[in-house]
Amino acid sequence: MKEPVLVLDQVHASYGNIKAVKGISLTIKSDEMACLIGANGAGKSTTLMLISGILKPQQGTIWFQGQSLEGVTSEKRVQMGISQVPEGRHIFPEMTVLENLELGAYRRRDKIEIKQDLEQTFTLFPQLKERGQQRGGTLSGGEQQMLAIGRAMMSRPKLLLLDEPSLGLAPLIVEQIFEIIQQINQVGTTVLLVEQNAHLALMVTDHGYVMETGKITIEGESKELIADQRIREAYLGE
Amino acid sequence: MTLFLEQIVNGLVLGGIYALIAVGYTMVYGVIQLINFAHGEIFMFGAYFTFLCLAVLKFPLWLAVLASILLCALMGVVIDLIAYRPLRNAPRLSALITAIGISLILQNLARMIWGAEPRRDLANAKSAFLSQTVIIPGGAQLSYLDLSIIILAILLMVGLNRLISLTRIGKAMRACAQDKMAASLMGIDTNRVIGATFAIGSALGAVAGIMVGMRETIEPTMGYYKGVAAFAAAVLGGIGNITGAMLGGVVLGIAEVLGAGYISSGYRVAISYILMILVIVFRPAGLLGRASAKRA
Ligand SMILES: Nc1ncnc2c1ncn2[C@@H]1O[C@H](COP(=O)(O)OP(=O)(O)O)[C@@H](O)[C@H]1O
Ligand SMILES: [Mg+2]
Repeated sequence: MKEPVLVLDQVHASYGNIKAVKGISLTIKSDEMACLIGANGAGKSTTLMLISGILKPQQGTIWFQGQSLEGVTSEKRVQMGISQVPEGRHIFPEMTVLENLELGAYRRRDKIEIKQDLEQTFTLFPQLKERGQQRGGTLSGGEQQMLAIGRAMMSRPKLLLLDEPSLGLAPLIVEQIFEIIQQINQVGTTVLLVEQNAHLALMVTDHGYVMETGKITIEGESKELIADQRIREAYLGE
Repeated sequence: MTLFLEQIVNGLVLGGIYALIAVGYTMVYGVIQLINFAHGEIFMFGAYFTFLCLAVLKFPLWLAVLASILLCALMGVVIDLIAYRPLRNAPRLSALITAIGISLILQNLARMIWGAEPRRDLANAKSAFLSQTVIIPGGAQLSYLDLSIIILAILLMVGLNRLISLTRIGKAMRACAQDKMAASLMGIDTNRVIGATFAIGSALGAVAGIMVGMRETIEPTMGYYKGVAAFAAAVLGGIGNITGAMLGGVVLGIAEVLGAGYISSGYRVAISYILMILVIVFRPAGLLGRASAKRA
């Protein structure tokens, strides 16, 4: 039994009066690839922002590698090994591809290894290499998604949070990006994938959580969830 | 011809000063979308702090200048910390009104401490060296002070450009200006970056204040008048765009001097307003700005 990388214990969060997350608990084991699926507005992005420390929970605790994240700033969390590819990619539009990637390594000081990681990113995403000096905002949606993932990997995360990486992309590009995400997971990064495309997410992950209006309603092995009648009806359109 | 050349040189000096102040407005606007109306007052305190260090603390000139720049940088950071940071998530109008309030408080504080009458202490304190003049090709006279201002303004602008484009803090500033949430996700401490932005902008404003103090007089309203013009320069260049603010400063400086020389000196202040209004009407994003100027 591998020890958990991330544990959420009865976490609540709201925006003013709107309760977005209502006491969710989940456990992500080391090296696994998990997904959090659910309809638009279920609270998935909010959950990732809580893990990254951009939002603070009102109640409950988040543990990362056995350590409570209470009072830990978002900067520190990046340094500890939590990295997020946010929904909508959030590339720095006026900065070059190279600068975007360098900012991913903002918390690191090991210049030589950063250089090596840059090369590795370019091996993973050859399209980005040709566009090194191009402004991020000029890239296509697929390239921006690759840049966002490459940038997040530049911090050498132990846990990679991905928020709807397939959003708005052509099927062929989605396939390519998901292959890369699986590769990233296979070489030792734990992944938590948020998706509205439930079928796709369950196909590539080990474990799945289903979120509905701020709560986790179903949880289990992804291959079992794909066969689950409730999920087939609600999320796989059957 | 000589007169015209002299006007152009004077315009460049004034333009350099405006540019130094304008980048402070534009940098802060770039990272927190706030027009920091108190920036003109920081510029004014730059002159008064130098006077204070000279007259009361008896510092040598170079040390007084250095101390004043550091004090102003600190002042910018403290203003952000106590006045603006608590309003970071409040409606933008709240922060704007706060900025106007801080500006009024600082201006009246200066009036209380040092009186309203214009002082020539800095102009008198500048070294004999700076009072010398050279004749430049074309026959125009140029004081060493004005020459130093032009050179220093250029050096500082080039330095700032390098800082913003090449250094770690500069990249972090641009990242914060373009997408604060993404910057946080990169592990950038956005509050610290905003603080650094205030510090740098205020330090440059202080330099401009000292220049004006040596060239003209020091008075509590100097920050208001030069501040409005420099703000107009920032709008002219495209608010949020640093290169634009530099360009806007120079354009405005030259326009103001030529207007005062060839139309009437009574139009001095009006010229910056007129240019600003023209820009807002015909090219709202400014000379170099885009629809949303976030290039910092
Ligand atoms: N910045 C915000 N301010 C107010 N309400 C928000 C904000 N972001 C999200 N919400 C609300 O919180 C709920 C959960 O949103 P979100 O976490 O974005 O869901 P999901 O990512 O699953 O689509 C929704 O009801 C949404 O309207
Ligand atoms: Mg979402």
